[in-house]
Amino acid sequence: MQFSIYRYQPESHDEPYMQSFELADDRINDDTMLLGALEMLREQDPTLTFRSSCKEGVCGSDGMNVNGQNVLSCITQVKSLPAPVVIRPMPGLPVIRDLVIDMDLFYRHYESVDPYLQPTQPNQTIDLDHELLQSPQERERLDGSYECILCGCCATSCPSFWWNPDQFHGPAALLAARRFVIDSRDITTRDRLEKLDDVYKTFRCRNIQNCTASCPKGLNPSQAINELKSLMLKKQVD
Amino acid sequence: MSLAELDNPAQWDIYHFDAVIVGAGGAGLRSALQLAQSDQNVAVVSKVFPTRSHTVAAQGGINAALGNLSEDNWHWHMYDTIKGSDYLGDQDAIEFMCREAAEIVRELEHFGVPFSRTDAGTIYQRPFGGQSQRFGKSQATRTCAAADRTGHAILHTLYQQNLKAGTTFFNEAFAVDLVKDAQGEVAGLVILDIARGKVQLLRARSVVLATGGACQLFETNTNAKINTGDGLAMVLRAGLPLQDMEFWQFHPTGVAGKGMLLSEAARGEGGVLRNAEGRAFMVDYAPNVKDLASRDVVARAIAVEVKEGRGCGPNKDHVLLDLTHLDAEVIKQRLPGIRDIALTFLGLDMCDSPVPVYPTAHYMMGGIPTDFHGRVLTQSVQGEATPVAGLYAIGECACVSVHGANRLGGNSLLDIVVFGRAAARHLQAALAGPNTRTQADSPLDLAPIQQRLAHWQQAVSDEARSEDSVAAIRRDLQAAMQQDCGVFRTEETLTQLCASLAALQARLKKVSLQDASAAFNLERLEAMELENLMTLATATAYSALARKESRGAHSRMDYPDRDDQAWLKHSLYFLQDHRLTYKPVNLTPLTVDGFEPKARVY
Repeated sequence: MQFSIYRYQPESHDEPYMQSFELADDRINDDTMLLGALEMLREQDPTLTFRSSCKEGVCGSDGMNVNGQNVLSCITQVKSLPAPVVIRPMPGLPVIRDLVIDMDLFYRHYESVDPYLQPTQPNQTIDLDHELLQSPQERERLDGSYECILCGCCATSCPSFWWNPDQFHGPAALLAARRFVIDSRDITTRDRLEKLDDVYKTFRCRNIQNCTASCPKGLNPSQAINELKSLMLKKQVD
Repeated sequence: MSLAELDNPAQWDIYHFDAVIVGAGGAGLRSALQLAQSDQNVAVVSKVFPTRSHTVAAQGGINAALGNLSEDNWHWHMYDTIKGSDYLGDQDAIEFMCREAAEIVRELEHFGVPFSRTDAGTIYQRPFGGQSQRFGKSQATRTCAAADRTGHAILHTLYQQNLKAGTTFFNEAFAVDLVKDAQGEVAGLVILDIARGKVQLLRARSVVLATGGACQLFETNTNAKINTGDGLAMVLRAGLPLQDMEFWQFHPTGVAGKGMLLSEAARGEGGVLRNAEGRAFMVDYAPNVKDLASRDVVARAIAVEVKEGRGCGPNKDHVLLDLTHLDAEVIKQRLPGIRDIALTFLGLDMCDSPVPVYPTAHYMMGGIPTDFHGRVLTQSVQGEATPVAGLYAIGECACVSVHGANRLGGNSLLDIVVFGRAAARHLQAALAGPNTRTQADSPLDLAPIQQRLAHWQQAVSDEARSEDSVAAIRRDLQAAMQQDCGVFRTEETLTQLCASLAALQARLKKVSLQDASAAFNLERLEAMELENLMTLATATAYSALARKESRGAHSRMDYPDRDDQAWLKHSLYFLQDHRLTYKPVNLTPLTVDGFEPKARVY
């Protein structure tokens, strides 16, 4: 099987280039994942560089752009991919080396939505003798928001994020924002919505829905963003 | 920066902190949160972005006797943990952990963990292996769960709380070694910024090791690529001992041949194990609790079924985990993560198909010896346990020991938050006092670290490149450990393992690298990780060879029985000359009567 992989080594090359690799077909089984194939290619060339860790799609380290689609390599079957498999770093953020991108900007947007539960007033201490009660129905509303693994597949496939990466929060951060806006235990809903109500932060989303199409966990950031927008609208009317 | 400067301290960036925490899994982040909230000058060093730490992969849940679904109390939890440990756990530490459990789980809930809920709105709990009501009388329901993504929920929540608290992070930084001052006291840490390939010296009065486990030692394992035991190897290199390194937990239900974890929650929710005859065989090994026996018992049962020819599949090399009799809605609601894993890696939907499983290396019970304040202990010449000034260890890399010879499911997430917080509290008090230890300008002993860095930068050579590679040596190491130090061991396999390890060590000394760059040099990183793994493999082999009994996860076919007379004691392994010493197990809890060792029946 043929692979064409984006290479960029800042110390030895001024420009990135595509490098061809080949893997014998008999080394690829029905259940071989792309990460496994990349590890075999690293045995041919140990300088080939990419992030990976858990090997099962929960740590979010190994997002990459494969045949034009952002995926996690550890849960993508090689046999599902047409050859040659063209692998590039996820687009829209600076490349550190080969398939490794600098995700600082992505993380900063996540931080900027205050992604933590605020169940009490700032000076109130928490009551460790009691749980905060939440009905199964209230809890069910968090399904689809809390499972995000911050892999960045969504944001780096979003044209609005490519265009305004410094101002538009992007789908992952907004999904996190929605998770705390709708958590029945959080008492800062109004403040959160006010902070998000911004022509760039939230409203740069143009419903392109690449985020939802590329989420390896099957989450729906696009819907979450629309829900935030309608909550803001309701707040205006109230 | 060119490579020739890696080992030159004049080129290193220098930072000063009160304390440095190494590792950003659940233990490191819980500890960091405590210290950040108390305004200490603290930094966390993590090999990956914090939410990629391996706590993220924990599935089933966290034990606490909340009693939300059936009557429970911490004393029963304590008994179960001691029995589960095959009486090798220290009872003072176990009492401490079980008493803290309910409050610390409620604290996590207030931090925002999206626990699943009961109809009453309280935290959902499920039954797990080895847990009981009334000291073994009936099955308890003690494991608090966020579906089967509890580790993900806890890790992300703790990271979020640290963002709120303003914790300082050094992400994608590899901990090279502990730094000692001229008096031989811990004075900080040298790290390598992976992205830039730049060395940094973090000077600190205290270092907290929270670097997780090392199941990358084995061919099939549930662990992440990052789980290479870096903190454990640093401790050995610093001349300090590791405790109980012969005890590695093989989780009964890994995806056969691949190793990914299928949570014990599958059996907690009603799943059963079947052999080739379709028989639910656990009744033959644990007549009372069957599939919910301790993990060591279930893992051995599966290995025996396969060894005696009752395995499934064309090669008769696995058994089946069967959930097909459960309501599909329960599986989708309570076990969505493992259903996904089976769909992705096996193409099987657990709702209508049993899945092939086999024991897989999962967790290390052994590690850096500590007391229940997280203080690292060594042994004096007189054989007394003495704390190492300025050094703490928490989480899987530590051996408190609350898990003894076998850990109960659901106790690991509990361990990391309880001792993460306890160590931080102890450290807070220590930092509040006057600094009688290492000063910001004390001379440091950097020579061993410079040598190590110099070795791996000189290993890059175009001419004398060896045929061998870091990847090949790691593969051979994992194969040797799997074959000779798996679920069952003997004198013969362990003796052979010691010889294999010596040969692998010699290969590692000679291997050269092909990657000369500074930026994100994975090959160099993997070489240093492999050094760590190799050191831990040796500690394991020598500790296992010496322990001539079977206890918990350490099953010696040549010594099939537990021998309390000779072996009710912790092993301590020192790197120098592979020296082994021992220390007594604590059988005296803090406030209640101790539990005397008894035969272990489930």
